[in-house]
Amino acid sequence: MSQQTSVLYDVPGPRQRRITLISSLVAGVVLLLGAYFLIYQPLDDKGQFSMELWGPLVDPSNENFSLVWDRIGLGFKNTLTAAALAIVASLVVGTLLAVLRIQLKSLTRRRFTGLATPLAYLLRGLSLLLSAVTRVCVEVFRGLPVVLTIFFVARGFPEFGVSFDNLWYLVIGLTVYNSVVIAEILRSGMEGLPGGQAEAAAAIGLSPAQTTRMILLPQAFRIMLPALISQLVVVLKDTSLGFIISYEETLNIGKQIIGVLGNPIQVYVVIAVLFIAVNYSLSKLAQYLQRRLARGRKTAGIPALNPPPAALMSQAEGAGGN
Amino acid sequence: MNVLIDKFDVFAGGFWLTLQICVLAAIGALILGAVVAVLRISPVPPLRAVGTGYVNVFRNMPLTVVMFFAAFGLPALGSNADFLRIPGVDALFTRLGTDLPYFRFALIALVLYTAAFVCEALRSGVNAVPAGQAEAARSIGLTFGQNLRYVVLPQSWKASVVPLGSVIIAMIKNSALAGFFGVVGDLSATADQLTGAEGYAFIPVAIGISIGYLIMTVPLGALLDRIEKRQAVAR
Repeated sequence: MSQQTSVLYDVPGPRQRRITLISSLVAGVVLLLGAYFLIYQPLDDKGQFSMELWGPLVDPSNENFSLVWDRIGLGFKNTLTAAALAIVASLVVGTLLAVLRIQLKSLTRRRFTGLATPLAYLLRGLSLLLSAVTRVCVEVFRGLPVVLTIFFVARGFPEFGVSFDNLWYLVIGLTVYNSVVIAEILRSGMEGLPGGQAEAAAAIGLSPAQTTRMILLPQAFRIMLPALISQLVVVLKDTSLGFIISYEETLNIGKQIIGVLGNPIQVYVVIAVLFIAVNYSLSKLAQYLQRRLARGRKTAGIPALNPPPAALMSQAEGAGGN
Repeated sequence: MNVLIDKFDVFAGGFWLTLQICVLAAIGALILGAVVAVLRISPVPPLRAVGTGYVNVFRNMPLTVVMFFAAFGLPALGSNADFLRIPGVDALFTRLGTDLPYFRFALIALVLYTAAFVCEALRSGVNAVPAGQAEAARSIGLTFGQNLRYVVLPQSWKASVVPLGSVIIAMIKNSALAGFFGVVGDLSATADQLTGAEGYAFIPVAIGISIGYLIMTVPLGALLDRIEKRQAVAR
């Protein structure tokens, strides 16, 4: 990235270096002053730095310390449980959905020659209908906010006499949304592959299903790996929506702690740091993989693959979810 | 299904309020995101660090945490976000001016969170401009500012429309969270109110609410698809 942006300006000469240094110093001083007067002082004025508020979170000798961290640990464990289940479920459902949509699409192009004409028309109509139905489902579930999916699952299921633990409402809600997104990522990955891949598979006599399973899907997973990992970050972030159905994840526990200790800013800072640490490392992993894959592709000598559509990539980069 | 007809004004009101939140938050996020993007590509290291820090913090934090910060942290600091009551704007968007601060808190949270993604979308546009363009501009002696203004930004604008659009779609969906943080009467709060307290049947309410969001997200997504296809052909 730094390589890319530095194209905008020349390698600095002595004068430019001096200007940069001076403006860096000025900017640094202005930023420090701004941080002091706009952030530190208002917080200090309200006594937000007192040990009374921070103690239970950072001071091991505080009587509440172990209690608070036990609770936060439990919340974090619950967050990870929900995230892991949702990730596995949405990967499985998403893969199936992507394969289904690809298969249906190739089915709509088939003419069913050799069958009786009415039967051929019926099959053709059916495949068109199914293809349209899956398309509409994808559009609808992708267009709905995740919060509402979770909310609808939690409100809707009990109405029909099916009730689970809160964990499962959260997992189902997250899966409904994310499996659709993952399906779209994988589908565009498969469609972005060079046409020769599928043609070669057909030439050696593989059936369309075999082609998808053995040729297209593995490659789609590989190109789309960074996008998939970014989507997993989204799932992890979205588990925090569990608070609306009072699932005991990190944020909900934080709310309980605040209810007892009355230190909202401090608790949220700690929770935010936890989330940022985990998600930041995951995004770094995605970046690392992207670089490695880009390198591997060049050496493997596979002709340039179409880049995945920008819309999908950026959606997968975390703007898609919560 | 009667609820859809009986309570049509409630659904319409919820849609209207959600739309207001989205418009205001989109404007705010585009402005703030552009500022952060400028920071991130500027040649001054401390400013770049601030931009990078901002993006990393807000991109990796759940929106829920940002919302909690805004809705419970700001009051703890004694602020009720009065500075958002810009004269003129609050006459147009009446909810800005009313005494209920949650509308403003939700706006702050949405703007802060979305700006990080807007910044990344804009920057991806800048990165999409072939390096040779910027190099050519430098070789004919354009300064950093001229380079950006005449060569890089006009081209990057085209490349960043589609990612920006998907950021805005995501923001529209994210705005649903506001209803669970005290904003009364937007679409998601309406869903809660009608199925919970007023005891209406679940499915029609869910359909009505879903239509409200789909009206905003699906056409925008279709538009983006078309733009992207056209760009792909042009390239």
